[in-house]
Amino acid sequence: MSKAIVATTSLAGCFGCHMSLLDIDEKILDLIELVEFNKSPIDDIKTFTKECDIGIIEGGCCNSENVHILKEFRKNCKTLVVMGECAIMGGLPALRNNVVSISECLEEAYLNCVSVQANDEKIIPNDDELPLILDRVYPCHEIVKIDYFLPGCAPRADLIWNALVALITGNEMDLPYEVIKFD
Amino acid sequence: MNKITITINNKKIVTESGKSVLEIAKENGIFIPTLCNYEGIAPQSSCRVCTCVIDGRKMTACTTLAKDKMNIETNTEELEEIRSVIVELLFAEGNHFCPSCEKSGNCELQALAYRFKMMVPQFPYDFPARDVDAVNPKIMIDHNRCILCKRCIRRKKEPENPTWFVFENRGNKLKINLDHELTADMDDELAQKAMDTCPVGAIIRKEKGFDVPIGSRKYDSKPIGSDIEDQGGAV
Repeated sequence: MSKAIVATTSLAGCFGCHMSLLDIDEKILDLIELVEFNKSPIDDIKTFTKECDIGIIEGGCCNSENVHILKEFRKNCKTLVVMGECAIMGGLPALRNNVVSISECLEEAYLNCVSVQANDEKIIPNDDELPLILDRVYPCHEIVKIDYFLPGCAPRADLIWNALVALITGNEMDLPYEVIKFD
Repeated sequence: MNKITITINNKKIVTESGKSVLEIAKENGIFIPTLCNYEGIAPQSSCRVCTCVIDGRKMTACTTLAKDKMNIETNTEELEEIRSVIVELLFAEGNHFCPSCEKSGNCELQALAYRFKMMVPQFPYDFPARDVDAVNPKIMIDHNRCILCKRCIRRKKEPENPTWFVFENRGNKLKINLDHELTADMDDELAQKAMDTCPVGAIIRKEKGFDVPIGSRKYDSKPIGSDIEDQGGAV
């Protein structure tokens, strides 16, 4: 059987879900037998070099680059799986949704916050090269179609492992009570 | 008290009249999920999570008194779908950031979602703008997490269980509120009682939280209702 090709990325996330993905102990040796990684922070491949079977997304969409990458993933991956609360409901970045406006948010970060130093010209970064921040943080499934959701913060390593094995082997996923957690 | 015979999930049960379907089911080891119901407080059937098919009609188990020859189904596929949709709606309607909530692991709403294997709500998130009331020295009210079950308010009607919570506004602006003058000298015991009454993390004790490690909290390893199901032969 040829190896399944997997791509992963972290959008507006903290890389905690990727840590959980690597937290599968000695099963990581089995993982290497089962899959080949393409675009992923794990192997540092920056752009898609071929069509992938499974795309794994961590984090929601808080800026235009996140949306761009998410759409790239949808285009290049047959099955898209999101992992973690941020990808599912926005997570901690979504605390700003409907509470503060973008301008308030940026002013707090770059001008008013007590830890701001050496910004005498009162600059809020606004270069064309920088991704535009969105009006609110969007869960991934509000941007593109997502096939499977793995909740958790971070999702339990066994949940990610069971999902990957089920996707690759085509068997029904093993879902014990202990692995579905939202924190 | 009269002896009556009712049927729950095709099992004949002899019991006494005057009890609700929910109570009888619990006594016989059958778990019917609830959210707005709390032991010691008169039921009000506002959350509809305990909906069962009673004599062919969908009725709430917490407020329906059992009658002789009643036929009750508690766990049909349709009922489970209804219940999980209610839970999904509650998740989409409020701001339930489980990873940052002190009640996570001990929260009844979350525990029901675990039991129903909810991976993501099927509804778009509303992200309502809600505030946090931290005036009281002992407790904090986080309106983001409130599901308006009224458990904290209804407790007032029991004389031995005083509470100072009230509803404020109407419609989608409805929220719970607390009399800050009357509660300025609230002690730890009452604060704990207020927090325990809340099924979610809307009423939280200050300077306390995250004191039980992940893995040993109430709903970490056993689903909600398993204590009821374990004590009597589940049907």
